[in-house]
Amino acid sequence: MPTFVYMTRCDGCGQCVDICPSDIMHIDKTLRRAYNIEPNMCWECYSCVKACPHQAIDVRGYADFAPLGHSVRVLRDEEKGTIAWRIKFRNGKKDIELLAPITTKPWGTAIPDLAGESAPSKEMRDSELLFNEPKYVRMDEGGLNTLESNGLTLKEGVYY
Amino acid sequence: MFMSNPFAELSATIPAAVMQGYVILMVLLVIGGTVLDMIHKKSAQYFFENAKKAQQNAKRTVDTGEKASIALKTLANEVLTSGEFCNTQRRISHLFTMYGFIIFVATTAILIFAYPTPATPAPDILPLLWHIGALMLCFGGYWFWFFIRVDVSSEGLSWFRLERADLFIVSLLTTATFGLIWSYMQFNGMGAWTTLFFVLFIAASTTLFGSVLWSKFAHMFFKPAAAFQKRVAHADGSSENLPADFDLTDPEVQKKFPDIPQYMGKNPAYMGAGIRREGSSHY
Repeated sequence: MPTFVYMTRCDGCGQCVDICPSDIMHIDKTLRRAYNIEPNMCWECYSCVKACPHQAIDVRGYADFAPLGHSVRVLRDEEKGTIAWRIKFRNGKKDIELLAPITTKPWGTAIPDLAGESAPSKEMRDSELLFNEPKYVRMDEGGLNTLESNGLTLKEGVYY
Repeated sequence: MFMSNPFAELSATIPAAVMQGYVILMVLLVIGGTVLDMIHKKSAQYFFENAKKAQQNAKRTVDTGEKASIALKTLANEVLTSGEFCNTQRRISHLFTMYGFIIFVATTAILIFAYPTPATPAPDILPLLWHIGALMLCFGGYWFWFFIRVDVSSEGLSWFRLERADLFIVSLLTTATFGLIWSYMQFNGMGAWTTLFFVLFIAASTTLFGSVLWSKFAHMFFKPAAAFQKRVAHADGSSENLPADFDLTDPEVQKKFPDIPQYMGKNPAYMGAGIRREGSSHY
């Protein structure tokens, strides 16, 4: 289900308007608070939920990972470099907390140098993989993707 | 001009009792508008239901003493210094507008009730504060109006496009602006112009205090309550179902989430300001 805004928490700062990839978070004309102008076009990417400095935006998560009526909330703390999730079932019996490092790369540093890559071979063309698909998009159904398994290290200065 | 009490001179044409009656009427309009606003939006009902829900999810009880300390913190941070704004410019502009409005309204009431005629001269400080309050309001308000208003600065709308969300700020700004112009005209004896700007001043202030139901005037009452509730929810552990604010150097946290020390070390470094590094201007 799409995003919605707790009006008493929102201060109308515009961070969600800025970050929304679908350009559907806007400032309302009555109270100058953020709202989702087109809920059926929201793909629940959680960008605005994470960007909101007041945690004023919420989403009802999909029913495939928790029964309906649950709460999925997130805190993205860039200064600590972590992202924390809490999933709580409607009856309160299941209350899971998850914490992971933010692995977003600095803005503009992840542009692939396609011109420098050699042309795809016949075998690659026939493959279901995308051209030059990075090795950390695991198609071999190996273990979980981790920073270590992909040879990545965290660096100071996470950006969105 | 700054030392002259504009209401004392006005008393020659409008009796002091009428001015005092007008101020009382405006107070009643604000009270009535706020009550109607609460009934219409069911904001009080939402607030208490939300508080009850938070209490059910609470992990610990917040006693009266702690609640008093939270109330003091809310007063010092969110109420007196507009601490909830994450945009520093907006916070400073709000402080100018808020304190300007309070000084302007308080000195207006004192001048009208205590020093309404030339026979009861006001101390110089009061008219001076009245003018300073109006100027502060104009400074903060016009800064907000032209440069900070998020639908203009962020959504690319033109600054003269008016909508209902602007009712409060526009009536606030016109009240202070017309009040200052009226005082200037009156001080310089500009006859008909003085009357014109006085009429505009009264029209703007009546709109400001009479439109509480339709404007965002009532935010000055419900915002502190919401900020207090947010702090209480944080203190009692319910935190509106948000994850805990983990201390990454805590061995218990490191044990619970072994990925964190593995990738970030036992004492994780400061990872940067992130989204706060630059203003939200990528629309």
